[in-house]
Amino acid sequence: MDARRGSLPVPRVRQVGFFTPNAQPAPTRSQSGPPDSSSPPLSDSPASNSLSPVMIPPPRHHSDNLAAAPRPTSPLPVPEPSPFRRRGADNNNALLVGSYNPAETLLAMSPSSSHVGDGESEETMSGGWFRRSNSGKLASSLPSGTFDFSPVQSTAEALKPNKVQNPVGISAPKEQQPEAPSSSKQPKPKLTKAERRALQESQRAAKAAAKAGGGKSVAAPEEVATIKSVKQHQTQKKDAPQVAVSVAASERKGGDKSQEKERRKDAPAPRMQFDDKSRVEKAKRRSVVDQTEAKKRVELFRHLPQYEHGTQLADLESKFLQLDPMHPAIYKVGLQYLAGDISGGNARCIAMLQAFQQVVKDYSTPPEKTLPRDLTAKISSYVSFFTQCRPLSMSMGNAIRFLKNRIAKLSPSLSESESKSSICTDIDRFINEKIVLADRVIVQHASSKVKDGDVLLVYGSSCVVEMVLLHSHELGKQFRVIVVDSRPKLEGKALLRRLVAKGVHCTYTHINAVSYVMHEVTKVFLGASSVLSNGTVYSRVGTACVAMVAHAFRVPVIICCEAYKFHERVQLDSICSNELGDPDAIGKVPGRMDVNYLNDVSNSGNLQLLNLMYDATPADYVSMIVTDYGMIPPTSVPVIVREYRRDHLLI
Amino acid sequence: MPDVQALVNDFLNKLKKRKIEGSQATAKQTAELLRSVISQQRVPYTNQAGALIDSVRAIGEQLIAANPIELAVGNIVRRVLHIIREEDLSLTTAAVTELNLSTISDDDDDDGGGNQDDHPVLSAAAVAAAARSSLRPPSLQMLLEGAPEFVAVPRSSSSGGDSEGKSKSMDRNSRTRKLKHDVIEAVNELIQDITTCHELIAEQAVEHIHQNEVILTLGSSKTVLEFLCAAKEKKRSFRVFVAEGAPRYQGHLLAKELAARGLQTTVITDSAVFAMISRVNMVIVGSHAVMANGGVIAPVGMNMVALAAQKHAVPFVVLAGIHKLCPLYPHNPEVLLNELRSPSELLDFGEFSDCLDFGSGDGSPLLHVVNPTFDYVPPKVVSLFITDTGGHNPSYMYRLIADYYSADDLVVQRRHSAVN
Repeated sequence: MDARRGSLPVPRVRQVGFFTPNAQPAPTRSQSGPPDSSSPPLSDSPASNSLSPVMIPPPRHHSDNLAAAPRPTSPLPVPEPSPFRRRGADNNNALLVGSYNPAETLLAMSPSSSHVGDGESEETMSGGWFRRSNSGKLASSLPSGTFDFSPVQSTAEALKPNKVQNPVGISAPKEQQPEAPSSSKQPKPKLTKAERRALQESQRAAKAAAKAGGGKSVAAPEEVATIKSVKQHQTQKKDAPQVAVSVAASERKGGDKSQEKERRKDAPAPRMQFDDKSRVEKAKRRSVVDQTEAKKRVELFRHLPQYEHGTQLADLESKFLQLDPMHPAIYKVGLQYLAGDISGGNARCIAMLQAFQQVVKDYSTPPEKTLPRDLTAKISSYVSFFTQCRPLSMSMGNAIRFLKNRIAKLSPSLSESESKSSICTDIDRFINEKIVLADRVIVQHASSKVKDGDVLLVYGSSCVVEMVLLHSHELGKQFRVIVVDSRPKLEGKALLRRLVAKGVHCTYTHINAVSYVMHEVTKVFLGASSVLSNGTVYSRVGTACVAMVAHAFRVPVIICCEAYKFHERVQLDSICSNELGDPDAIGKVPGRMDVNYLNDVSNSGNLQLLNLMYDATPADYVSMIVTDYGMIPPTSVPVIVREYRRDHLLI
Repeated sequence: MPDVQALVNDFLNKLKKRKIEGSQATAKQTAELLRSVISQQRVPYTNQAGALIDSVRAIGEQLIAANPIELAVGNIVRRVLHIIREEDLSLTTAAVTELNLSTISDDDDDDGGGNQDDHPVLSAAAVAAAARSSLRPPSLQMLLEGAPEFVAVPRSSSSGGDSEGKSKSMDRNSRTRKLKHDVIEAVNELIQDITTCHELIAEQAVEHIHQNEVILTLGSSKTVLEFLCAAKEKKRSFRVFVAEGAPRYQGHLLAKELAARGLQTTVITDSAVFAMISRVNMVIVGSHAVMANGGVIAPVGMNMVALAAQKHAVPFVVLAGIHKLCPLYPHNPEVLLNELRSPSELLDFGEFSDCLDFGSGDGSPLLHVVNPTFDYVPPKVVSLFITDTGGHNPSYMYRLIADYYSADDLVVQRRHSAVN
């Protein structure tokens, strides 16, 4: 990098403004990388350059501070360029990625983020750091930034440091900014105009950046940095570092492509539509579980599986001995799903993963087959068995994707037992980090929102929410809980019992009365089966009703959900994708002898019973989602999905 | 009149024990009771209307106190009071106008007595009576010609029926009998109206339900049932989603009935309302009472449905017979006009008996169960009211109500009861 610096005299000159001309801006610069594309238009016109501070710091700077924390230790007296750049960088990041920054902050808090500081000292590392935690695009924009940004910046700063300094001082007083510029050149008299200009400039730059898109515009400082010229430039470069960089760039491009491909691969496959006759037939031929289609199907839900309930279990039990290829652990869990003994997203997911673990332990590669292929195929068949028992939740889909990914990425050099143990530890780690630890983090975050005197409304029975309540209670907070329940599962009763046993003040009511009790409620805590990337919360049916009423009464709605349940799928209503429960459960009201109106009419042709299991809560009703990466607005879900999907897969 | 008192006590008991289901039945029985009260009432020669009003009001107060949540009782009492006033007034007016228009006065009396509520054809007497109701400004013609009103206005502005009776100068035997007779006729008419309000409302169904519509309703209401079936009879085919309406599950009943009548019916849980509402074209529900501001007291859960309908811009239509129109404005209706039912509908005592006696240190129990009966739906989420007189906006309800009740009763009733 130094060499490269050397090859570029201009920046140095300009950096005089920052009075650290020969000091290596390198370390900082690498960090500042991303800003990149904003520069080309600026460097076009040197005149504008002088006024061009792209690096007007954005108001929010937490992330910089966090990331910059290790910076002061850097031996070089190069304080200002770095923060500036970083600021600029962040600014651009924000432009590119949307609400990226909060995630970053969260990242810093999350356990997996311990590497935030690593990259700081070594520039080469820094790229890696970004790449790891960020999307490909961001990572790709890094090196380019290192090129062009510094010159532009430095010129600008050199010319009117004061201007720049001012906002910096506001935004990040801790950093050494203020002193540095003060010793530099005198500020221009017309500050305001310049500032305005600067702002315009930066906006224009941002636009250009957006157009140029990510890392494509690698601007050479000496040249007029149009994209074309950039390309030329890249090819021209001969010095080692340049080559290295261009290699890096090409790598990056390659990475982009492969990532793209991967992303496409990752994109959820279209779901099975059960009104597609041929496919249903095909699926049926393959299926293990004998399912008879419901006679009275609800027209609106023809695309969802509607089977007679109650027949499969006995049938499957009788088939136990015939199902050779099925591992007993899988079989057991499948039966439990079918019988409803295991319910709740986390419990189902953990049970499935542990069954897979068992399978892996007992697995031995058949001759003439490779472990990754055969095991993946096996797991796929098990997954389809589970699906027949009960449609998989999206969180389980994520877990399966993780597992398959791990199997596929096994290094071929490992022996069978090694790969098996590695898969098992991976599963353990997934359960531990993504579910158990994540829950603990969520409980920490969420219980900080519980205050004395609160009246909390919870719906149904979510294990995370329950943990939040119990933890807050253990902390000695004085609050009341209103448990809202709904038919036909009445899961709230079990929750109520557990809460009361722990001594929490509870009020129990049914969902129709939710607007009656909402007057006194101060916060609504809800669990989720999955959070979709448009912010929709896919959860137990009735959640949307509760959230809606809370919204109407201006009560904040807090969703507690582990990040592994986030999914990149989008959904606008509860109809297109859902799960149908046993319709007969609707007609029966346990414990109410007087309600038996539907006992005898269930064979009437005109009457159908519909037992929806889930519904989709629109993002507008959600005030906040508490996840293991921290507390985020629903609009940030896609960011988490994108930024951490790699992370899901890699852990 | 011992037999009347016995009747009243019997009815009071039923009200107190909430033995009477549904506002229509309540309204009808109230009207019948009041009719027998009126018929038993001895009428003095002077101030007959005053005497009738007093006795009706006395009983009405007891009835209202027996079940203040059942607004239909109060509505009917007010209606009857209003009828007595109107009859009295029309007789008086008739007596006055007799001087000028002796030939047609008899006809007018009958019309005014029998049909003052529903008939679009208003007799001169009815117009005069209507002009007097304090919510309605006197018509230009009245103001100009003045004569009959001039006599009447001071009377109505005085507070009670007593003064009205006193200020009456003419008392004739024929008039005495006629008043009581007219009042009973009018109350009969009212009872008739209450029984037939379903049909009147159902007649309008075809105007609101088109082919292939998807309709959502919650709980059970006879009016809704008739409304939907009326549309079905006109060969409209549509589907109905019925939310079951926990904890009473009346929706099951409605669904069964609808299915039996050949409608495509789907029962859903209350929690699925939000999920399904996006595929629904119209929400049609019954109500418990309609307040003067256009707010609705309805079975619990209705507010949720209304909010969901509003979110998805689905019309929220409330069917209400005239006996459900309450002339009062609600204050904190969620609490004051509500009733908590037994927790046993939600929690099995046997199952939770161990939890129920958990107590914290200060003696208050740890576990509460809330099981309200009604919900208040604010007027802004209601798209339309369909009453037996047609469709109305929520903002118009106060005006509609003014036709049915005399302003004196709204206030006097409550002031009086406070004194007692």
